[in-house]
Amino acid sequence: MITKNESWLFEITPKNNLFSLNLKEVWNYRDLLMLFVRRDVVTVYKQTVLGPLWYLIEPLFTAVVFTLIFNNVANISTGEIPPFLFNLAGITIWNYFKTCLTNTSSTFNANANIFGKVYFPRMVIPISVVISNLFRFGIQMLIFIVFYIYYYFNGANISLNSYAFLFPIMIIIMGLLGLGMGMFLSSLISKYRDFRVLISFGIQLLMYLSAVMYPISFFKEKMPDYVWLVEYNPLAFVIEQVRYMLLNTTTTKFNVVMFIYVMLFTVVILILGALVFNKAEKNFIDTV
Amino acid sequence: MSKDVILKVENLSKQYRLGEVGVGTISDDLKRWWYKIRGKKDPFLKIGDVNDRASVGDSSYVWALQEIDFKVNRGEVLGIIGKNGAGKSTLLKILSRVTGPTLGTVKSKGKIASLLEVGTGFHPELTGRENVFLNGAIMGMSKKEIADKLEEIIDFSGCQRYIDTPTKRYSSGMKVRLAFAVAAHLEPDILVIDEVLAVGDAEFQKKAIGKMQDIASGDGRTVLFVSHNMTAVQNLCTRAIIIDKGRVSFDGDVDEAIQKYISENNTLSTSLLKEREDRSGNGLLKFTDIEFNNGSPVFLGKELLVKLHFVAKEKIENLDLAITICKGYEERLLTIDNVFQGEQLTVQKGEGYISVLLPKIYFLSGLYSVNIWSAQHGSVLDYVINGASLKIEDNDVYGTGKILSSKKHGVVYSEKCTWEVKM
Repeated sequence: MITKNESWLFEITPKNNLFSLNLKEVWNYRDLLMLFVRRDVVTVYKQTVLGPLWYLIEPLFTAVVFTLIFNNVANISTGEIPPFLFNLAGITIWNYFKTCLTNTSSTFNANANIFGKVYFPRMVIPISVVISNLFRFGIQMLIFIVFYIYYYFNGANISLNSYAFLFPIMIIIMGLLGLGMGMFLSSLISKYRDFRVLISFGIQLLMYLSAVMYPISFFKEKMPDYVWLVEYNPLAFVIEQVRYMLLNTTTTKFNVVMFIYVMLFTVVILILGALVFNKAEKNFIDTV
Repeated sequence: MSKDVILKVENLSKQYRLGEVGVGTISDDLKRWWYKIRGKKDPFLKIGDVNDRASVGDSSYVWALQEIDFKVNRGEVLGIIGKNGAGKSTLLKILSRVTGPTLGTVKSKGKIASLLEVGTGFHPELTGRENVFLNGAIMGMSKKEIADKLEEIIDFSGCQRYIDTPTKRYSSGMKVRLAFAVAAHLEPDILVIDEVLAVGDAEFQKKAIGKMQDIASGDGRTVLFVSHNMTAVQNLCTRAIIIDKGRVSFDGDVDEAIQKYISENNTLSTSLLKEREDRSGNGLLKFTDIEFNNGSPVFLGKELLVKLHFVAKEKIENLDLAITICKGYEERLLTIDNVFQGEQLTVQKGEGYISVLLPKIYFLSGLYSVNIWSAQHGSVLDYVINGASLKIEDNDVYGTGKILSSKKHGVVYSEKCTWEVKM
């Protein structure tokens, strides 16, 4: 006879436990994670002539257009900072968040084919996306650095300040916010495609509330009643702080309370996203 | 001695919603949620039709699997057979954790890896070598494990020459070879295989089946094998379950399972030969019954007398009659045809029978199916696939007390040979 207390390696049950995130399992699949990152990075340029240069063209053109429209036509003041560099910094950071969000939000749909055949912790995919996007971000940062040096030697009043060491933390926050929101949205999209439409214009609207092409102080001056929308937007905070660190903008200061608020916000979004994702991953293949 | 159960499936059920996702799904989702917050059971679990592809049901919910219960012991090779849409793949998907069950649990003591479809996750832009790593990692191997086996894998695939070329330049057969090579070198405790042997050329199929046999017998691995290829099931498996309309309809010996499946699958084959509708031909001659050895058992190495009863609508000259004996699922082993043997047959109008005496039957014990075919001047009169099943009994043909087994020793036996040692 079979003994009563058998030790099973694992059980497959109808529902995932709400709080069992299986992070240990994700860790076990770290080789796969890195292979996915590698795959994403390597395969993007295959059979393109310009290759990674495409990554540079997008932020450059956007920065030029923003400078023309917002600074020259609409007369938004960027203080003593060259408007082009101001915009380029904002766009580079924003783009990292944007690609993280849009790429992770399509996790279930884009990978339905592979998810339908083998099991591995699904969370590996969005995490790998956030990491491989770092590479793209790195290339875009390079072009920013080139212009930074150019403006610096042309006598623009820009310099790194002592908070610059927090820059990597800011980037991680952006990545994690994109990851958390992307996981949340991918779970919804897997069943109802309506959310995909929502994301594409929602992200556009979000950009205008994230201080990409204006300093928060400018918004405050023009629309003081609605400034909370921007002030408490963690994305706006990160973008504003990055510009402060790298360009030493005079319109803002480092705010520790806000920094802690943004970090907590990120953690909450991340946990929420992971929980929803975890619940959706089990049966998504039936509804996708 | 108790057997070591490695996998236990308890009361497993899976419900699917039919039709498209739309407004209706939202209302169902809301209803489900409303029941849940009041602490009631999911209202949709009570309804749902039986999983029958052909009949139209009332409910938009269907049970793909219902109350599946079985256990698998360590080292066992379990065949899972059933018609298209019976729920086999759903079961494997749940076992390999691609999707979750609606009710019930699966308990496992080992790592499960699946070969649901090989080549999953191959990226066309990556080279063969890179894809081996990616594919292996998707299947749960670590980088080191793959690196250790890389040579072996490439060797097995037979794609050495193309290994550093992007897989988009591969022929489809090469992709499958490479993918199968990766999968075959996985070392999970439980391996789930679904229809992989249907691909590749003959050489590779042979290799693949051989590898499967190694995995199954040599390494003592537990294997769940789903296939429509009854010969492969018969060769590889020790036990089989039949899934019919989402339920386990049979669990036991593989030969019995296949026989039961074949007879169920040929909807009318259980009924009398003369009442069979699934036949072809112009009907001038119709087979009505078939008898072997007048109902006495048929023994290996002994004679076989086949009596074919028929009704003829007119006098038929130059009748061409063929009896084909098949193993498993239509794998033809032997055809006896009067034209080939130079025998003229003529039948008169009316009822009668043709008897054929085979002096010796060489097939090892087991169940075989028999196709009967008749024609005149090239036009088919009557043709029935799986018209009868022929059971051949064990026999000590060499008189040594040792019995040849169809599991180990192939299909046919040889006459006693002359053995000699020269030095």
